[in-house]
Amino acid sequence: MVKKYNTPEEAKQDQQYLDTLKELIFQLADDDLLISHRGSEWLGLAPHIEEDVAYSSITQNTMGHAAMLYELLEELGVGKADDLAHLRKPEEYRNARLVERVNGTGDYKENPDYDFGYAIIRNYAYELFKKIRLEALQQSSFVPLADTARKIKREQYYHLYHWEVWIDQLAHSTDEAQKRLNNAIQKTWEDVASLFDLGPKGDQIVEYGLLESGEMLKKKFMDQFKAKMENSGLIWPGEPQPLSETGREGRHSEEFVDALNHLSEVYKMDPQASW
Amino acid sequence: MFKPEITIHSDDPRVQEFLERIENGEKIEVDDWMPDDYRLQLIKLIAMHGISEIMGAFPEKEWVPKAPTLKRKLSLMAKVQDEVGHGQLLIRVAEDLMHPLGKTREDLIEDLFSGRLKFHNVFHMPAPSWADAALIGWLVDGAAIVTQKMLAHTSYAPYARALKRIILEERFHAYHGEDMVIALGDGTEQQREMMQDALNRWWPALLMFFGPPENGEIKSNQEINIRYKIRSKTNEELRQEFLDKYVPQIRALGLEVPDDNIYYDETKKQWVYTHPDYTYLRDVIAKNQGPRSQNRLNLRKIGFDNNEWVREALLHNQKAIS
Ligand SMILES: [Fe+2]
Ligand SMILES: [Fe+2]
Repeated sequence: MVKKYNTPEEAKQDQQYLDTLKELIFQLADDDLLISHRGSEWLGLAPHIEEDVAYSSITQNTMGHAAMLYELLEELGVGKADDLAHLRKPEEYRNARLVERVNGTGDYKENPDYDFGYAIIRNYAYELFKKIRLEALQQSSFVPLADTARKIKREQYYHLYHWEVWIDQLAHSTDEAQKRLNNAIQKTWEDVASLFDLGPKGDQIVEYGLLESGEMLKKKFMDQFKAKMENSGLIWPGEPQPLSETGREGRHSEEFVDALNHLSEVYKMDPQASW
Repeated sequence: MFKPEITIHSDDPRVQEFLERIENGEKIEVDDWMPDDYRLQLIKLIAMHGISEIMGAFPEKEWVPKAPTLKRKLSLMAKVQDEVGHGQLLIRVAEDLMHPLGKTREDLIEDLFSGRLKFHNVFHMPAPSWADAALIGWLVDGAAIVTQKMLAHTSYAPYARALKRIILEERFHAYHGEDMVIALGDGTEQQREMMQDALNRWWPALLMFFGPPENGEIKSNQEINIRYKIRSKTNEELRQEFLDKYVPQIRALGLEVPDDNIYYDETKKQWVYTHPDYTYLRDVIAKNQGPRSQNRLNLRKIGFDNNEWVREALLHNQKAIS
């Protein structure tokens, strides 16, 4: 039986546990922050007005999830939620590579050349993974995190469903749509392994009963993703390549640094001020 | 092109009957008989309103990814999402009116790209700082509320219903904008300066928001609006309402109204102020040559073109079903 920690105060008594817990929550919060940031760049550019409303509602919920997680870190004494979201150095962020990738080429304000096919598949992959991870987190040894996971899951169900519906609608339509989705799967696959990596404290995360292992998460993910592709007549790309470097260790792309500069531009003007 | 024949001036008895209904304060529904010029005037008004809500998402959208705090990120996202939702609601109302003319939403989008369908002057303006996002939420939404409250009494029932829903959300927008403005207005030197700059930048556009003053001359198109009770107040009356409400609030925040000549004339019970250059509306904005007109149209167009394959795929599915 793993030991449960019922409050932030209890977790703070155990430094090793606390360090491991922080590492995990940063992964969760940073994933949501970055995918939501990418979603916010899509605003006003979706295929139709209804989709703009729906996608931005998902983006907004997801930013809400990130905020809840940074607040959890704040309660653990790590720092102010807004400082954590905006002021860390790039190498201190723990998100997976998949969520930091640009939506396409071009600047979101001037000439965004975004690919909705990639939006569908990347978001589907992330939300499927997130669902699996949230289910596992509901058993987490840190009780406030298990509670937060339950709360998030209630909204997240609709997010996953949203992208599934898009796949269902497009996979069996035109040849072009099918081709674009298949290309997007290939592109998503370049980064997909980054999701299952639990970072340098991965073993402790599992030992402390904070989350199940990356291999378990991966297996569940692959089973479900594969089934979805097969049902949709899309090409299952097989086992993804292992990663050479990982976002969970703070190694990020140039694209990430740009995103971070954008999302913290105003706050950094004066972090002491009230905005 | 559709030419309106049955108009306010025709001697068709149905027009007289229709005007009597309007006089009695009755509301018109989509399937009721209506004169052609009533229909066309409504389409023009509602389509422009709807498309402006959608184009209005772009200036604020610029600041969504950069909103300073998690709380602001969330509230600005919610706000912009609402605006697109308003556009969706209104475009549906316009679509129903266009249906008998054989026109669709795609026609509206094409009219937007070709410049036939205008979007509101304020959304042609640049929003270079975070304070602009705050100011838009506070005063552009504030101006919109003044207009929309008047339009909520319109004789066309589906538009009135949509507006009632929209106004409920606009109240939150005004609160959200005010909250951002107060944070900056009560903030550091740098923040106050940002805020005052944004106000200076937006002031002429805010006055223009309501359109040129009538100066006693009512144009044919306003005559139609007023006799059909599509709207009940003049541009100048709305602008006065806006000044009544916001000049004191701006001053209470310690900000300066960027007009040295503005004062309230107690005897006439109205504001006297420096008028903006209204020819700018006609010569620049109406031609989509404002500072950000092309950029924002272009964003819409990129979104439209890049997703053509999606629309085609959806259409393909529809055909397969029917
Ligand atoms: Fe609105
Ligand atoms: Fe609004």
